Formats: sequence, C-alpha cells, structure tokens
Amino acid sequence: MSSAIELDGVRQVFHVRDRQGRRQQFVALEGLDLSIRAGELFVLVGPSGCGKSTVLDLISGLNRPAAGSIRVGDRVVDQPGLDRGFVFQQYTLLPWRTAQGNVEFALEAAGGLSRRERRERARQYLDLVGLDEFADRYPHELSGGMKQRVAIARSLSYEPEVLLMDEPYGALDAQTRERLQRELLAIWRRTGTTIVFITHDIDEAVFLGQRVGVMSSRPGRIKAVVDIDLDRDHPDQDVRSTPEFARHRHQVWSLLRSDLETVDDPARAEAEEVGRVA
Amino acid sequence: MPDLLLERTAARPNPRQEEAAEVTAAPRLGTGLASLARGLTGIVLLAAIWEIAPRVGLVNDYFVPPLSQVAQAWWDLARSGELLRHLEASVVRSATGFGLALALAIPLGAAVAWYRPVREVLTPPLELFRNTAALALLPVFVLILGIGETSKIAIVTYACFFPVLLNTISGVGNVDPQLLRSARVLGLSPVATFRKVVFPAALPTIFTGIRIAGAAAVLVLIAAEMIGATAGLGYFINYAQNNFLIAPMYAAILTTSALGLAVNYGLVALERRLSRWRA
Ligand SMILES: Nc1ncnc2c1ncn2[C@@H]1O[C@H](COP(=O)(O)OP(=O)(O)O)[C@@H](O)[C@H]1O
Ligand SMILES: [Mg+2]
Repeated sequence: MSSAIELDGVRQVFHVRDRQGRRQQFVALEGLDLSIRAGELFVLVGPSGCGKSTVLDLISGLNRPAAGSIRVGDRVVDQPGLDRGFVFQQYTLLPWRTAQGNVEFALEAAGGLSRRERRERARQYLDLVGLDEFADRYPHELSGGMKQRVAIARSLSYEPEVLLMDEPYGALDAQTRERLQRELLAIWRRTGTTIVFITHDIDEAVFLGQRVGVMSSRPGRIKAVVDIDLDRDHPDQDVRSTPEFARHRHQVWSLLRSDLETVDDPARAEAEEVGRVA
Repeated sequence: MPDLLLERTAARPNPRQEEAAEVTAAPRLGTGLASLARGLTGIVLLAAIWEIAPRVGLVNDYFVPPLSQVAQAWWDLARSGELLRHLEASVVRSATGFGLALALAIPLGAAVAWYRPVREVLTPPLELFRNTAALALLPVFVLILGIGETSKIAIVTYACFFPVLLNTISGVGNVDPQLLRSARVLGLSPVATFRKVVFPAALPTIFTGIRIAGAAAVLVLIAAEMIGATAGLGYFINYAQNNFLIAPMYAAILTTSALGLAVNYGLVALERRLSRWRA
C-alpha cells in the first residue's frame, strides 16, 4: 500500500506583476529531480518561499508543471486522485461536521462503502490517531493538535498510497508538535504509507525523516538528500540529545546556510523572507 | 463608563482554559432577568402612553383611539373571521413570492459566483434592476400581469430576489479556498463539492439575505395590497382608513407588525437550528 514518487526535470512558472504592474514570469522550480522510494518517510526542508508547497501541489495534482514529469507508482500525475492524501497546514476540517463526520466526508468522496462501513472505518482511523473519544466533537470544540489529527485520520481513512503533508505542525505549540511527531512515526510504521513531509524546521526534519531533501531557492531545486540514520525506537531515550542527531542536524543546517550565503545582500534577503507568504 | 465597554473588556477565561476546566464563562447572575424586565418595561410604557395620551387629550382620540379600543376592535375582527381572511391572503402571497425568489436566486447566485462568463454577462443588468425600487415597478407588473394574485406575488418575488441573490453570490464566492482544495484533493465532482462543501459553507451568508428578504416580503406586499387588491392586510388597512374605521385600521396595522415579527423570529430560529455546529 505504498508507491514511489518520481519527479523528472520539473519546472514551474507563475505569472506575477511587478511594482510597475508589468506581467512577468516567476520561475519557482527549475530542473527539479527527486525520487522518493515506496514506503519511506521523506522530509523536504528549505527556507520559506523556496518552492516546497509548489512541489507538493504538483505531486497532489492540484497544479500541473510547466515542464517535466511527475509519476506516482506507475501513473503519470495529471489530476488529484485518491491514491494520494493531503494534510494542509491550516486545519481544513468542515466546521459543520463532527470529527467523525469529517472522516466520513473523505469516505463518501471515495465511495464504495455503505453508511455503516463508513462509520466503522471512520471510528477505526480516529482510534488510530487517538481521538476515538472525541468522535462527536465539532472542530471548534477541538484543540489545534486534535484538529490536525482528525485531518490526518481523514487523509489516511481511504488508504492512499502516498500521504503528502505541507507543514502540518507549523501552527502548533512545541509540546503538541513533539507528541504529534512521535505519533506520526508510529502511524507510518503501522500503515507503511509513503509520506512526503514538508517543514522549515530542521529539528523536525531530522527527527522524522528517513531521508531529508534540502531545497535551495530561486529557482527551487533539490540541493542534496541526506540519509538520516537514527535509532528512534528507544522509548526512554531522548533521541534529540544524542550526538548522531546533532551531527545530522548540523549537516542539514550547513546545507541550508550555504544556500543563504549565496544571496548577495543578507539584509535584503531577510526583508524578502518576511514579506513573503509561506 | 458605557456598559458595552465594561462588558467587552471584563476578565474572562480563554477557550483553552474553559476546555481544561470544562466550564464556560457565564454572565453575572441576574443580568438576564434584569434585561428581560427592562425589555418588558419598554413595551408596557409604550402601551401605557398609547392608552393614556388619547384619554387625557394629548392626541385626538378620533385619529388615535386608546389601545384598549384597538384591542377590542382586533378581538371583534378576529372573532368574525375577517382578520383571518385578510391575514391568510397576505401570508399566502408573501410566502409564495418568497419561496419563488429563493428557488430562483440561490441557483442563479451560485452560477454567477462559479462561472465567470455568467457573472460578466449578468452583472450589469442585475445592477440596474437591483437599484430599481420594487414598488416603482408595481404599475408595470399590474400592466403586464393584471391586478390579480400574479402581480402581487411577482412583486414580492422581485423584492426578495435581490437580497438572496447578492448574499448567495458573496457566500458562494467567499468559501474558504482551503476547503475547496481539500475537496479537490479528494476528487469530489463539482456537484458534490457544491452540495457537501460550498452550500453548507455559504449558508450563513445566504441566510443573511433570506432574513432581509423575509422582512421585504411583508413590507412590499402590504404596500402593493394598498394599491390594488380585494383582500389582504394592506387592502384592509387602506379600506378601513377610507371608511373611517380607525380602531380596526390600527388593529390591522398591529397584525402586520406581528406578522413581520413572526417571520423574522421564525427565520432566526431556523438559522439557529441549521447552524448548531457553531454553538
Ligand atoms: N500562485 C502563485 N503565483 C505567484 N507566485 C507564487 C504562486 N505560488 C507560489 N508562488 C511563489 O513561488 C515561490 C515558492 O512558493 P511556495 O512553494 O509556496 O514556497 P514554500 O512552500 O517553500 O514556502 C514563492 O516565492 C512564492 O511567492
Ligand atoms: Mg509552503
């Protein structure tokens, strides 16, 4: 129940208007190659605005590339499909449906299940994310972390081969984020789904990823892929305090920093960073 | 210090604290009773002024009879069945016109919001019609549709149509794009997306239009009935005035107020029911 993902020479261009109102092309991705193995948890890290979300939108089929090809499993991606699930940063739950109803919403879209089967399946996946007791709560009655868990349950419920996650924990407080990271690893081990996880947080990348792809910006491309070799199975050990973790962290950090230094004027780069919407 | 400032700036737990303690903040004890009492006072005061002012000669009691005489007239009209006949005529017309307007305006509003060519073609004529007062068109409706039920239902439909249309356009047009993305990711068809995501998300905004339309339905109908009809509250108010049946006239006016209140509160209650998820 997992697929490999193959991006080949992908280019993405947006139309923008400059200050004088002239239409221009903005090259967001250029010559981007990336192959993600079936069943792996791949993390894509990079400064905000480097094109991470653009990559994920292409894999999901929400957008089409200007050039290059994207394959998931043995299919070429040209539109969204139920072989891919998507978890957004903003918790996109239907506010008028309960947690249970939100998971059922995805199952209704997927089709092929009776009402009772949908209810049972929804329960099962809420259970997987530890929310079985909150099935009847509406989104506004749930905390941010709970909402994101419902979104994860919803995306997993129709058993996609690939789960795409765009900075899903970006808006959560540090403790909740750590708990959800551990849960995600457990879910990934249980389901075996290929996961592509986007973050701009180096710690998160190293903690979660089997491999971490580091992106550089303007135009966005994959700069390096780092293999992460950590023993995360020790329940009592704080893996983040181990020397191996620090080593990987430093490796990713150096790759990201050298990218920033290529920008001629750091002050201007920072100002642009602030002005951009992630 | 104004009460609003005091109330809005008072200390209160944030949602997370409320969740942790499993309680919600309640207003100070007695505020509910006190405001109910003040609300009643307002009504009682109005009734008292209406009763006393004509009796002590503050206003001419021929043109403004005391409230008790109006109540007596209302009771007589109700018992004779005449009031019910006019009320029924008005309710049937406004309900029909209102329902027709919803049936037309919601699908059209959705189409305008969803399809750019529809929007570009329809926006200028709709703008023109929207800024034409419904009652200004009454003569035209009468000319084309005659003096019977059709013209009155048509003018109610016209008056209800625009608030619902405009709110549907803005409700459907402003659905959280993120919700639409999650529907597309699930491969939902446009029809299913509309039914399961767009319509429920737009409903609170559409309902604002429905409430305005509900008020307009009664308002415009009464006016239309005054101009040309043989039954209905508007007709009766006009008829009573022409025949110097002053107390019955006020009784009919009060009945239209009650009808307006009932429509408004009915729609508010319906909206509450439909949006219980907001709690
Ligand atoms: N629809 C769009 N139109 C114009 N520019 C866009 C659009 N989407 C993204 N961009 C630009 O492309 C770059 C990459 O965006 P994005 O993939 O969202 O970055 P990230 O997710 O890494 O923060 C940014 O500079 C952004 O401003
Ligand atoms: Mg992004």
